[in-house]
Amino acid sequence: MNLLDLAISSILNNNIALTFILGMCPLIAISTNVKNATGMGLAVVFVVTLTGIINYPIYLLLKATGTTNLSLLVFIITIAATVQVLEIFVDKYLPKLYNSFGIYLPLITVNCIVLAVSLFFVNRSYSFAETAVFSFASSVGWMLAIILVAGVREKMAVNSDVPRGLGGKGIVFLVLGILSLAFLGFTGLSF
Amino acid sequence: MKLIRMKYTKWFNIMRDGISRQNPVAVAVLGICSSLAVTNKVENAIAMGLGVTFVVMISSATVAAFRKVIPNKVRMITYMVIISTYTIGVQLFLAAYFPEISKALGAYVGLIITNCIVMGRAEAFGIKNPVRYSLIDGFASGMGYMLVLILVSTIREVLAFGTWLNIQVMPASFPTWTVMALAPGGFFVIGLFIWGIRELIGYYEA
Repeated sequence: MNLLDLAISSILNNNIALTFILGMCPLIAISTNVKNATGMGLAVVFVVTLTGIINYPIYLLLKATGTTNLSLLVFIITIAATVQVLEIFVDKYLPKLYNSFGIYLPLITVNCIVLAVSLFFVNRSYSFAETAVFSFASSVGWMLAIILVAGVREKMAVNSDVPRGLGGKGIVFLVLGILSLAFLGFTGLSF
Repeated sequence: MKLIRMKYTKWFNIMRDGISRQNPVAVAVLGICSSLAVTNKVENAIAMGLGVTFVVMISSATVAAFRKVIPNKVRMITYMVIISTYTIGVQLFLAAYFPEISKALGAYVGLIITNCIVMGRAEAFGIKNPVRYSLIDGFASGMGYMLVLILVSTIREVLAFGTWLNIQVMPASFPTWTVMALAPGGFFVIGLFIWGIRELIGYYEA
């Protein structure tokens, strides 16, 4: 598959948040304003791309030794370790960056899109280049989704009259539903 | 007489909280990814619900059993290892006995690991309580989760395919709502569902 094609389709028509419905917990919890959403989005792009690239050779190793059944366990440990190392590293050497998105880093371990991206490249048997592009593009797609939702919620907080029972998190699902309908319009888009 | 007194026992309270008052999906809004992604068919919802229930129960119990020896600082990664071990079990079980469901659920079985309910119960309950209550608590959360999954998937499958558990329930002339099988349908149904439940139990977010 063409790499550009893969990138565009992972961002738009196969958006990981709006089509595969992944990474919902943080998307709903942190989308109250655009600033936090952007911070979380950046952290996710960073971690997902990195872990995608790290998990690929590890998977090859598992395949060579015939222990692919353990891939779940190995992937999750790699992810947790990467996030931990990254947090220490960013805290030490890039304090400015740490202040802007460091607090979101620990939350990412339990963000299902990190694990999902690793599982998807296994299921779809991507090559290394495809894995790298796919990891980066899907996380950018996720970031796009969280920023869009946050923008809507920011506006909604000021000037809309939401029913009591839908207040807070309930209404986010309806927003997501409409957004995801809009993204259905990208179906069939390719270069 | 026994039934009335049951109301006050600890395990009954844990059960009730898990299924209604603290329903993981409707009230705490946890475990959304899988509850949306797998609910376009009732059979997938049941498989996922049972898988999650099993993993929550047994991993929460394992955490409870080891709660005195797990060092506080590395407890998260310990949960991860425990949870993913059991998830691999579920994955292999499904692949061996229900290959079709396993194919339909795809990567989502593996994502039980990152289902916040599992981690949430281990952290909120398992680490502080004895094994037997952790089992009940895990069971209740799992059942609360599965209940929502089955209800949501019932609405979606009936509208999207005109069937329930693959049995035709709507007249053949019923125009199927394809959108219900796709992601937007899931979002709308679960949004309305949360609204309904919250009105029923009178839980409102400020």
